[in-house]
Amino acid sequence: MGADKLLSFEEAIEKYEPVLGFEVHVELSTKTKMFSGAPNEFGGAPNTHVAPVDLGLPGSLPVVNEQAVRYAISLGLALGCSIAESSRFARKNYFYPDLAKNYQISQYDEPIAFEGEVEVELDDGTLVRVPIERAHMEEDAGKLTHVGGATGRIHGAEYSLVDYNRAGVPLVEIVTKPIFGAEDRAPELARAYVATIRDIVRSLGVSEARMERGNLRCDANISLRPRGQEKLGTRTETKNVNSLRSVERAIRYEIQRQAAILDAGGTIIQETRHWHEDTGTTSPGRPKSDADDYRYFPEPDLLPVMPSKELIAELRAALPESPAAFRRRLQAEYGFTDSEFRDIINANLLVEMEQTVAAGAAPAQARKWWLGEILRIANARGVEAGTLITPLHVSELIALVESGQLTDRLGRQVLEGVVAGEGSPDEVVKARGLAVVSDDTALLAAIDEALASQPDVLDKIRDGKVQAAGAVIGAVMKAMRGQADAARVRELVLERAQA
Amino acid sequence: MPDEPTPISAEQVQHLANLARIALTPAEIEHLAVELGSIVDNVRKVTEVATPDVPATSHPIPLSNVFRPDEVGDVLTNEEALSGAPDAADGRFRVAAILGEEQ
Repeated sequence: MGADKLLSFEEAIEKYEPVLGFEVHVELSTKTKMFSGAPNEFGGAPNTHVAPVDLGLPGSLPVVNEQAVRYAISLGLALGCSIAESSRFARKNYFYPDLAKNYQISQYDEPIAFEGEVEVELDDGTLVRVPIERAHMEEDAGKLTHVGGATGRIHGAEYSLVDYNRAGVPLVEIVTKPIFGAEDRAPELARAYVATIRDIVRSLGVSEARMERGNLRCDANISLRPRGQEKLGTRTETKNVNSLRSVERAIRYEIQRQAAILDAGGTIIQETRHWHEDTGTTSPGRPKSDADDYRYFPEPDLLPVMPSKELIAELRAALPESPAAFRRRLQAEYGFTDSEFRDIINANLLVEMEQTVAAGAAPAQARKWWLGEILRIANARGVEAGTLITPLHVSELIALVESGQLTDRLGRQVLEGVVAGEGSPDEVVKARGLAVVSDDTALLAAIDEALASQPDVLDKIRDGKVQAAGAVIGAVMKAMRGQADAARVRELVLERAQA
Repeated sequence: MPDEPTPISAEQVQHLANLARIALTPAEIEHLAVELGSIVDNVRKVTEVATPDVPATSHPIPLSNVFRPDEVGDVLTNEEALSGAPDAADGRFRVAAILGEEQ
């Protein structure tokens, strides 16, 4: 692992054209599973969110969750897809204990949605149209834990433990057509595409789309072909890329790895690759099976799904504005410049911004906190800023600072507390005793104490050396353990000098 | 229509058997190669009869859109879920070391 020979990214792109393709799995946020009434909830004690259908027990029969179908149609429409007049489920047969039935119920030749297009915006505002081949419904698989292996991964495991709580959770798999022309921006496009899908499913409210929880999972396909060659190169499918940053890094790595092999006259093996977040590398998985080997056939236990024109029209009418339109509207409402606005988009904080402003914060303040202190903590921890704190809490924090109850500095301490799980900003202020000392009497007492040890300060101020007040302000802030408004202290010191 | 049955090789039968996790003896493979060839021929005959205006049938019952409301129903207890498992540990099904990986 990590011993792959790599070509520099620049040289790789100079010699080869990258062709991308993505399969994004979206877990739908229905109350129950795709084919059973077991709850669709993250976590829980192992094998407690399971019904007989989820375990493939004899005699149990699947029944389609109507809400999942509505969500899938809405998602298909938001992807610009046509919705099938008649759509059916199929069995994908394989032997792996992540599903107890030895097959996964999926869709094959008649997906619910097909032929769409998504507009993806790159960091500098360039728009790229990504063609969508299909979006189909299927069930998620259970979770395996490999025990006994040195690495906890598959190789060297002595046995595996299976939890079927996730088995049967409704998924929509979104498959793109081959994406040409990304060139040196292929890694960036990969990230932007997944971010766009995430924004779309969130705006629809059909999934929580939290990548760190596996609500949204991306398999990234990439192949290279020598410049001028018509025929597509052999592709690899990199799995396990569970953050936007990983998607970008994995594509970049695969381009460099494949280019080095081709450059040395070698051939690319068609296979899955595993992404390793820690080393930033991929390692070989299994050879990619032919679709034929899955022996797909129509699921005999389920009937066709034939959405009526009325249903499709109803769901189309209920679609929220697209993320692209949402961006244009917010920029106009907030009055930010292109570059101010782009910083928010690039930090993937637009939805958080919108909700923070909706909760009452001024756009400039919301931007300052999200892109400042919150993003700084997120970067330091290598997580997404949106997972640290809710927009509601950010707006509460801003209100406390704006009303003078907290200084910026105290605000940052309160933020730390909220991020650490100590509760809402109000609760953190109370628990940590962080409110600003706004009582002038207490401040004046501290000022007089500071002046007693620096008696010449007032004379200097009277002589016009106003900066001399700084020493007193510093001493007062120290005495107040930072819990004073420095501007107010300064005012009071200057008043003393004029007295 | 060909009179000769479609030849199915022993390798193809073995491949199918591997996919289906079925152990076959050489005699069974030979026998199945002939049978599968004749099945493929029969399907081909049906395909020739079915013109493009005949929609594919995946289900004999003329029903569609049979749905379940998105309401939580009964679940098994952990003990019930594991009651039929040959082996279990930590509330989970215990299975042999996995050589493959998720699909």
